[in-house]
Amino acid sequence: MAIVMDADRMARSLARMAHEILERNRGLDDLALVGIRARGVPLAERIAAQLRALTGSEVPTGALDITLYRDDLMQHQVGPQPVIRRTEITFSIDGRLILLVDDVLYTGRTVRAALDALIDFGRPSAIQLLALVDRGHRELPIRADYVGKNLPTSRQQTVHVRLVEIDGRDEVEVEG
Amino acid sequence: MSTVTTLRHRHLLGIAELDPAEIELVLESAVAMKEVGTRPIKKVPTLRGRTIMNLFFESSTRTRMSFELAEKRLSADTLGMTTSGSSLSKGETLADTARTLEAMAPDMIVIRHHASGAAHHLARTCRASIINAGDGTHEHPTQALLDALTIRERKGRLAGLRVAIVGDLAHSRVLRSNALLLTKMGAEVIACGPATLVPPGLPRLGVRVTHAVDEAVEGADVVMMLRVQRERMEGLYLPSVREYFTLFGLTTRRLERAAPDAIVMHPGPMNRGVEIESAVADGPWSVILDQVANGVAVRMAVLYLLAEFRGEG
Repeated sequence: MAIVMDADRMARSLARMAHEILERNRGLDDLALVGIRARGVPLAERIAAQLRALTGSEVPTGALDITLYRDDLMQHQVGPQPVIRRTEITFSIDGRLILLVDDVLYTGRTVRAALDALIDFGRPSAIQLLALVDRGHRELPIRADYVGKNLPTSRQQTVHVRLVEIDGRDEVEVEG
Repeated sequence: MSTVTTLRHRHLLGIAELDPAEIELVLESAVAMKEVGTRPIKKVPTLRGRTIMNLFFESSTRTRMSFELAEKRLSADTLGMTTSGSSLSKGETLADTARTLEAMAPDMIVIRHHASGAAHHLARTCRASIINAGDGTHEHPTQALLDALTIRERKGRLAGLRVAIVGDLAHSRVLRSNALLLTKMGAEVIACGPATLVPPGLPRLGVRVTHAVDEAVEGADVVMMLRVQRERMEGLYLPSVREYFTLFGLTTRRLERAAPDAIVMHPGPMNRGVEIESAVADGPWSVILDQVANGVAVRMAVLYLLAEFRGEG
């Protein structure tokens, strides 16, 4: 069991990614953030706060629940089934640059489901992906545009991302 | 927040089989499902490739359409059968019909039947998940769940509320399912109806019975009116429609006895001027149309949770 990212390093990673978002997109006019539930949502809000601090402009932020788009309904998997939560995207995504935000990028299946879900809401001009941790082992041709930390893991290991908003503290732990 | 993430049973036969945590899970999932209905594309791929049969052996408009809409919003393939034009009208028994349909391997069967226990019967003989859409005078679980969702939306809770249920208690599966659900969730239930239409055993369900509608409505947070079937009027149960309305109908005057922010519910279809005055049905306290809208969300939640079922039994 090892803590691979503490609160300080997490804050620095998020700040760095906010700068990268600005640099790459030359302004925020059409940008909107969509966090994947559960832990992508507070991360998206933190990125939005960083962007606000850097530019003074407000970036719309939404929450996406991908439970209804999963491809593993009825398949055995480890851990408890997630309870479906509300999707809250109160702005039009048409013609917008959507930045999807998630905590861990692993097989890519969650992102696949998120892309399907998002496209049911409209036609964004482009979709980019931000992940706090990229632990490898992709099963689909998906990559992140912004990565907080590349984390080499084995499939047997478990990565826990903990956030103040949900878990009471900020850290990333690798177990096993 | 619900403390469980799946249901314990493969079927939804009644509220009797659900525990409070499962009820909470269905309601919470329904809140999320409701959002799907507000999207530009009101459809998610969750049940793609699943086959659902809707067997309605008893006439029904809103429940059948509500289930169909819920199934379509989840992308399931649906088949419908109503009694007229089916082999049921040619004398086939329910068991034989079920065996025949089972051979077509549906994943779920939604059944409404005039016989109490019909859904339980199918559950014993079929591999598919069975959803009870109303069986005789026994249960109508999705109605109670959608009522609970509607109450919770308006009141923020179920526990501690005072709920009056007024009407034909003897023939009402809506009463049974609601009484079971509301008492499980900690609400107080007072049932009121003419003496000829009060079944025995209501106190055993934790329900207080009165024959005076004013007493039932007094201080109620929720007043739920039950449909009185016209055919019972001409029979032995009730002398006349007018007398029923005078003694048991919900009027704006009677409603003044309820809590100041009370809501009025009706499972439909309504008999205006029989159990409910038009001014009440159309007034600001009426949540009758919310009930219809919530019906789709609750049924989506139930279909989803049963499809996800992976346990035993």
